[in-house]
Amino acid sequence: MNLQLSHFSAAVLFSVFASVVFGITQRSTSREQIRYGLYCFAMFVGGVFVAGWVMWLLRH
Amino acid sequence: MANPSTSKETTAPQPVTFMSVAAPAIGWLIPGAGHLIQKRWIRGLLLMASIVTMFMLGLAMQGRVYRPNGGDILDILGFVGDVGAGGLYIVTRAMDLGQGAIARATADYGTKYIIVAGLLNFISAADAYHIAIGKKP
Repeated sequence: MNLQLSHFSAAVLFSVFASVVFGITQRSTSREQIRYGLYCFAMFVGGVFVAGWVMWLLRH
Repeated sequence: MANPSTSKETTAPQPVTFMSVAAPAIGWLIPGAGHLIQKRWIRGLLLMASIVTMFMLGLAMQGRVYRPNGGDILDILGFVGDVGAGGLYIVTRAMDLGQGAIARATADYGTKYIIVAGLLNFISAADAYHIAIGKKP
């Protein structure tokens, strides 16, 4: 099997799985876990966009 | 100034129980199982699904699984990350999967997926230990 993902989809999938684990392991209550998981996901995906624009600026 | 009785409580050694040893060990061997044996069903299943899926996607992307080595420091660190996946790593090595396709960019993503799945499993096993000793509900 050979799965070919774009850079963006690979980064988003990575963000989903890492955020789930971070949310569960770094907070105690269910509500906090969901909030922290969503926060991590937003930070991951936001970081992807910021890094993308930084690379674009460096390129131009 | 710190309350002496409070600092004494926080530094007191935790009693070694069967669960405090078994939960992280089983959690390392089978991702999420450290939570499942403590009846944290939803957490355990979510951890298992996330870590196993990440590892499998890494393999499907032709990622490389590092062998034990004493060479380049990055290879050693790659091995440390991979071995965190426990049983997944052992089965993958036994089946001789994870050779890695250097020519493909996605294979490099796959290698990183496999390493991070192992590192996340280390965190998951540590969390199972904290539940076992009562530090976390």
